Amino acid sequence: MSLISIENVHKHYGDYHALRDINLEVGQGEFFSLLGPSGCGKTTLLRTIAGFEDVSSGQVRIGGASMIGVPANQRPTNMVFQSYAIFPHMSVAENVGFGLRKSSLSGAEKATAVGEALEMVGLNGFGARAAHALSGGQRQRVALARALILKPKVLLLDEPLSALDKKMREQMQSELRRLQRQVGITFILVTHDQEEALIMSDRIAVMFDGKIAQLDPPPQLYTRPANRQVAEFIGVMTFLPGNRRADTLEVAGLGHVTLSPDQIIGAEGDVRVGLRPESMTILFDDMAAEPSNRVAQGTVEDLAYYGDMTMYEVRLAGAPRPVTVSMRNLPGRPVLARGDAARVVWDPAALMAFGPVD
Amino acid sequence: MLRAYVIVFLLFLYAPILLLPVFAFNSGTVIAFPLDGFTLHWFAELAVTKALHEAVVNSLIIAAVTAVISTALGVAAARAGVRYRFPGKAAALGLIMVPLVLPEIIVAVSLLVVVVQIMGWDLSMGTIIAAHVLICTPFATAILNASFQNLDPSLEEAAVDLGESRSSTFRLITLPLIMPGIIAALLISFTISLDEFIIAFFLSGSEPTLPVYIWSMLRFPRLIPVVMALGTILVVLSVLLLTLAEISRRRGLRRAGVKDKGGFL
Amino acid sequence: MIDQIETGARVNQEAKRGWVLVSVPLFYTILLMAAPLTAIFVFSFWSQDFLTLDTTMTLKNYREAFSEPLYAELLSRSIGIAGAVTLVTVVLAFPVAYFVSFHVAPERKSLWLFLITIPFWTSYLLRIFLWKVILGFNGVLNTSLQGIGFIEEPLTFILYNANAVVITLAHAFAPFAILPIFVALEKIDRSLLEAARDLGENAVMTFVRVTLPLAMPGVVAATLIVFIPTVGDYVTPRLVGGPNGLMIANMIQTQFLRLNNAPMGAALAVIAMTTVTVMALLLLAATRKWMRGGGR
Repeated sequence: MSLISIENVHKHYGDYHALRDINLEVGQGEFFSLLGPSGCGKTTLLRTIAGFEDVSSGQVRIGGASMIGVPANQRPTNMVFQSYAIFPHMSVAENVGFGLRKSSLSGAEKATAVGEALEMVGLNGFGARAAHALSGGQRQRVALARALILKPKVLLLDEPLSALDKKMREQMQSELRRLQRQVGITFILVTHDQEEALIMSDRIAVMFDGKIAQLDPPPQLYTRPANRQVAEFIGVMTFLPGNRRADTLEVAGLGHVTLSPDQIIGAEGDVRVGLRPESMTILFDDMAAEPSNRVAQGTVEDLAYYGDMTMYEVRLAGAPRPVTVSMRNLPGRPVLARGDAARVVWDPAALMAFGPVD
Repeated sequence: MLRAYVIVFLLFLYAPILLLPVFAFNSGTVIAFPLDGFTLHWFAELAVTKALHEAVVNSLIIAAVTAVISTALGVAAARAGVRYRFPGKAAALGLIMVPLVLPEIIVAVSLLVVVVQIMGWDLSMGTIIAAHVLICTPFATAILNASFQNLDPSLEEAAVDLGESRSSTFRLITLPLIMPGIIAALLISFTISLDEFIIAFFLSGSEPTLPVYIWSMLRFPRLIPVVMALGTILVVLSVLLLTLAEISRRRGLRRAGVKDKGGFL
Repeated sequence: MIDQIETGARVNQEAKRGWVLVSVPLFYTILLMAAPLTAIFVFSFWSQDFLTLDTTMTLKNYREAFSEPLYAELLSRSIGIAGAVTLVTVVLAFPVAYFVSFHVAPERKSLWLFLITIPFWTSYLLRIFLWKVILGFNGVLNTSLQGIGFIEEPLTFILYNANAVVITLAHAFAPFAILPIFVALEKIDRSLLEAARDLGENAVMTFVRVTLPLAMPGVVAATLIVFIPTVGDYVTPRLVGGPNGLMIANMIQTQFLRLNNAPMGAALAVIAMTTVTVMALLLLAATRKWMRGGGR
């Protein structure tokens, strides 16, 4: 049985629908992410699980028990806030031990619990520090320790890494993952950063306009997006216009393709054909094309050099706009310049046809 | 150039206050230059003026009660304004702030009409307190607004999330964090009430406040050096109270980890 | 979006909490301000003959107020003095606010504001009285100026007339003018000024075309916050104004406390308040139009 189940949840403020018909189940010990652009309802959904927002209709269950009407302070959830919400007038230890105030533990037991929680997040010996003297990463860890000390069934994280710089964020991503495996508690993470969601999650719910657009593990989400909106949001995808009749696709610049059923999304007719940058390759002299692949002629219109790789914008002959192709910069391999001719190898099995009504 | 102008302007601002002690310690009975000599006589006279002591006690009682009530009202108004959304909010809060720009004479005569002519009550310290609370509440609200705005709402949510009730959250989180604002609001209201003259003049019955008493002294040239001595003491006290309020406000900002953006108003 | 939010279910609960909280101070303000102001308004249509109050509605007080030249003179003088005070105060205050906002290090700004506000919080009566001492015939100013041989005879145009009232009130309301202007100046994004310089404006034109228009909301606030209470000031004219410096508030006081003609005083208060409110609204409307139309 799943730990959290959300059934037909609606949330509206007057005519404004923040959540529409949300259904999802999260299992015990799962690292689950709610991903979407700002205003998509992901934070609202998190807050309905925490008990800070009521649902307009539908059911929220944690461990089988209905949470409707249960206030936030009686739910088996704890939260790490976007601003961390570290109590500024208390020490680190007082912050971490805050939730134990009403517990039946003795003073010594509480102190031990606080010490263990601090050790878990790598803040040994920080207990006496004043809260306002902490760095961003340290505040984040205090917030984690404070929420985990109550051993909640679910830990809710609201954009916990958005206030950190890039290096710190990458470090905390792996630490959060490690911590989650260590404590075995279900984590629900809200983020707008698709890369972060892909790296950390067991499963991801992608949300737009208060609805779940797709709910899948990261690889499925990336390789088989449910619609064009999801495909555009996750990773990089370029689109070429095409026309599909049954399994036959005609693409500007690529020619005829016969599609397998899982490459087809939406209705036939004028379609958008999506290509991932890594599913195409520029053919250098030292390389040979796979027999199943096909080759198209094009010109480099623009490029972005990243060091380990280069992203090329290549205009294929007969295509109305360029496609993005990523190439690793192997030793000895040249970097093409604007205006250079490029032979692009592409895999017909890797493209997707998005129908007009997706 | 600009700096020189500002210094001259500050001199203009401080001129009356700086003159107070000059005449308070001057042994001449006429308030004019040249000065006569140094004396503490006027301060000694203050100590034996019984009517003055009664006025001081009246003023202190009025100021203390006013400070407590207007700060409590200010907490309610500021909390509602910052934390909640409700229809009619702007109008309600706007109305509460109106006494800030209402001429005091209007407040005074309108209350006089109601109390004396309509209700037929006697004027008392109570009527002064009622009016002082009216004019101090906007100041308290403005100060506490800043305190509540500096309070991250997720702090309160975090406390609830960690198992606290609405009331224990207010006690453990909200109150300690806005305490500097509360102290500042108490001190400011106290200072305003202590110094207020027009309303007190209209609404005081047989128990004059300190400013009303000073007003009556100003009519007798003989008593003016004594008034100067009294004024000196009052200035020192006000500056002391205001400094405390300012320190408290700054401590609050530091505690909330917010950058200082300026003074009370 | 906000309107929509206000109708939601939880939001109803939130709205209820907000109303419960605000209702206490609001009720207090209504009881002690709105109700008495209404009473004054009603009162102004009654009449009093020595000790008997006649509660028949009449326009007698207003007729008298408009026909008796003394009242009109007092009111127009009050507005004239308040206007002069406002002009002087705002013009004198602007450079100070500008100095604190642009030339004082950020960590010292609140100390400067504190210095500026201190005189304002110290005894109101004594401050006014001391201006009398400073400006008087044998006052500090005259004796000093005579002492250094700058003048032969004491200056007499500075006390017991409208000039003295203007000087004293400009002093009393200085912080009220400085603070709103300061706040408006603080809100100006400094990069706007650099942009103006970058686009070729000199320092003076940058001030005229960028700083001044952006500071206007503060100037308007300062104008209102000085003008409104000044019209109703009562102590300053009494102490330093002399017979030709008295203002409408003195007449209101006289009607209430000396002549025991509260209805007449109420009518004068209503007229004064209405005049001030209309002028304030006109000013607001004019600036709003100006802000939208020209300026920036």
